[in-house]
Amino acid sequence: MKHDAVNVVIGGAAGQGLVTLGNMLTKALVRSGYSVVVTESYQSRIRGGHNTYAIRISTEDVPAPQEAIDILVCLDADTVDLHEPELSLRGIVVVEADLGQPGRPYLLVPFKDLAAGKFSNVVALGVIGELLGLDLQRVAGLLDELFGKKGEDVAAANRESLAQGFKWMAERAEVFPRLPPAESIGPRLTLNGNEAIALGAMSAGVKFCSFYPMTPGTSVAISLAANAQRMGIVVEQAEDEIAAINMALGASFAGAPAMVTTSGGGFALMTEGVSLSAMIETPVVVVVAQRPGPATGLPTRTEQGDLEFVLHAGHGEFPRAIFAPGTVEECFYLTRKAFGIADEFNGPAFVLTDQFLADSYRSVEPFPLEDLAAVNPCRTGAQSDDSFLTYAITESGVSPRLLPGVPAQCRAGERCEHLVVADSDEHTEDGHLTEDLSVRGPMVEKRLRKLDGIRAKAVPPEVTGDENPDVLLVCWGSTKGAVLEAATRIREQGRTVGTVHLSQVWPLPSEQLSGILGTAGHVVCVEGNATGQMARLIRRETGFLIEERVLRYDGLPITPEFVVRAIDVL
Amino acid sequence: MVTLDDYGTFETAWCPGCGNHSILKAVKQALVALELEPSRLLFVSGIGQAAKTPHYLRANVFNGLHGRALPVATGAKLANPGLTVIVESGEGCMYGEGGNHLLAAIRRNIDVTVIVHNNQVYGLTKGQASPTTGEGFVTKAQPRGVFSAPFNPMTVAVAMQAGFVARGYAGEPEPLSELIRQGIEHRGLSLIDVLQPCVSFNKVNTYAWYKERCYPLAEDHDPTNRVSAIKAADEWADGIPLGVLYRNDRPAFDDHFSPATEGPLAARGVDVAELRMIMESYL
Repeated sequence: MKHDAVNVVIGGAAGQGLVTLGNMLTKALVRSGYSVVVTESYQSRIRGGHNTYAIRISTEDVPAPQEAIDILVCLDADTVDLHEPELSLRGIVVVEADLGQPGRPYLLVPFKDLAAGKFSNVVALGVIGELLGLDLQRVAGLLDELFGKKGEDVAAANRESLAQGFKWMAERAEVFPRLPPAESIGPRLTLNGNEAIALGAMSAGVKFCSFYPMTPGTSVAISLAANAQRMGIVVEQAEDEIAAINMALGASFAGAPAMVTTSGGGFALMTEGVSLSAMIETPVVVVVAQRPGPATGLPTRTEQGDLEFVLHAGHGEFPRAIFAPGTVEECFYLTRKAFGIADEFNGPAFVLTDQFLADSYRSVEPFPLEDLAAVNPCRTGAQSDDSFLTYAITESGVSPRLLPGVPAQCRAGERCEHLVVADSDEHTEDGHLTEDLSVRGPMVEKRLRKLDGIRAKAVPPEVTGDENPDVLLVCWGSTKGAVLEAATRIREQGRTVGTVHLSQVWPLPSEQLSGILGTAGHVVCVEGNATGQMARLIRRETGFLIEERVLRYDGLPITPEFVVRAIDVL
Repeated sequence: MVTLDDYGTFETAWCPGCGNHSILKAVKQALVALELEPSRLLFVSGIGQAAKTPHYLRANVFNGLHGRALPVATGAKLANPGLTVIVESGEGCMYGEGGNHLLAAIRRNIDVTVIVHNNQVYGLTKGQASPTTGEGFVTKAQPRGVFSAPFNPMTVAVAMQAGFVARGYAGEPEPLSELIRQGIEHRGLSLIDVLQPCVSFNKVNTYAWYKERCYPLAEDHDPTNRVSAIKAADEWADGIPLGVLYRNDRPAFDDHFSPATEGPLAARGVDVAELRMIMESYL
């Protein structure tokens, strides 16, 4: 358990600069060497309402969000009313002078006076920075990076507001223990899940991304668009999600490693394209960032309710791979893996994430980019001649690919003799539609054989903790950190605990799972949905019935406390 | 030297007398006239009898889903600007199921030639109304006759300032072939609506019906004049003008991306030094 972790929650209305304040504070903390987990909780509106930005901070690796609030920073009166009951025993409320009573737990700050009507969130940054013991110069440097572009006047005014905040706090008695100094750990990225997916995709060689905006999937495409010119990537906002996936398949057919990014409702429209990807054996990476459904659901909250949907999406029978990252680092590496699998097996691969992880900033060690290979659509064993077969039947089920209008190995200037023919109808090896039913069986079997290859390369489950434990916590995707920390806390209560995390949820490693599940007293599946979809999938694939489930479906992420409370009653 | 033989001859699944046969012939003649080699061509189609056309000539082919040919063509053209991309499908595919994609493709002005086989009826599914079927047309699915007004693709395309808008007729393959040739040559989206009798399911808009109405656009028609183009596009009941109704020189969508000289996206690889700088912007 992270006894020294400090949970800062900033609350306010949309439009008050809450995210800017949160992001600057987070980056300042990461640059100062602290580990963080950010949880953004926001409403589906641009102005007003109530949003929070929580930063859990520690000198050690911190894996999950925390419920109890140590420092509640209130940008409006609603935040005090809504969140004061969540204060920890040592918790304090940082609030505008006229919105609270003097004395603990209130730290009354004259934001309006200090800010002189402007930049009150920068004053707040200064107050919190000094309260936590951050270095003024480090935070000021950040401000310059952010506001320097807006001209010297704006930058100077911001520096002044920040200094005011630091100075005001420094002149007060300590109301909350300063953070212990962090050890020097080398440079760290301040990165959220969706930014890591975009970086992973670029590192894997993505060259085409089409999307239709949908929270919380959009920011992957936005990150790619920001770097498209530099990386030679085409990013296109399509007219709808159906167009997005078909466009990606057109680009992929023509050789560009391609991806789409969306959320449940948008993915519903993409399902015909998933089936098409499988039939025409053309790679595509599909990022599905989950939010609560059905229908429009809770557009800006989190859930793990689309596991079965993504697993079964698309008509007909065909192989697929589904990755479910548990951390920001896994977002990067599993997106790379998804590109590799899609490219190797010529079909759809999924990255199944959710709003919590999409928006959750963490302190991340820079990736060794130089050591990481990209996919290469130009590599092929096929000859560029008249006899090219798009769907050659092979033992592995994988047909060597050639690209339309591009010489083999993309050798510029060489003659291009082959023709590539792809058909969504059942087809012969040369790609032309057929109703010869003797072709159907071998083609179905060829496509399905690819699942064996995908399975052989599947990411094994990550198993931690005690052997033959009293409690075995099974989880997948973004709940990883909460479950790992819950396991530590339950162990501190004297019980033996193990954990299993699945970062690839299809194909499921049935044999490994069966071996582990049988060894525990209580097997508990922890999931962010209402019906226990992973427990059901495990039953189907292994026969093992997980009867005990910890499920959360109120739109908020699973926390260590949430799991511990549920396990306490077992 | 490209000849008709380069495009091969195939057995088709079409009815004898179907307008598709002459459209296919007109397409091949246009490709020969432009000396386009099969390996440089990508045909994209959806689903329907017309969408089978790419299977009946030698070229790269992506025969995708109903209504989705345009997004596929857009993605492929952006991924490899060196390909000449031609979309060929019926009016159900292009104006019905794929209607939104047509509007978006016209707005983008992607350099793709769209040839729509418009026979005013659904052939593959046996005779239901299509988006261009006339009001009152009786089918098994519309037994009291069609209530909806027909979609006029030409008027819509001119109104949206599509790059190249032309109307052809399957019964006159020579001028049709010339329209297709000009459409392929045009940089930007070219929409060629081809009127086509369906000998099995459309007993109203027959060869005789079209022969009575179709006439070539007046020689002094100015295709850069949008007002007269709209007027010509709207003509239908008493006479149907054929030819290039409208054209402009809006930049093609693909011109906004790296030029074709940089080759296909497939061959670009990853600039790791650049990517490192991007990653370090998160420090």
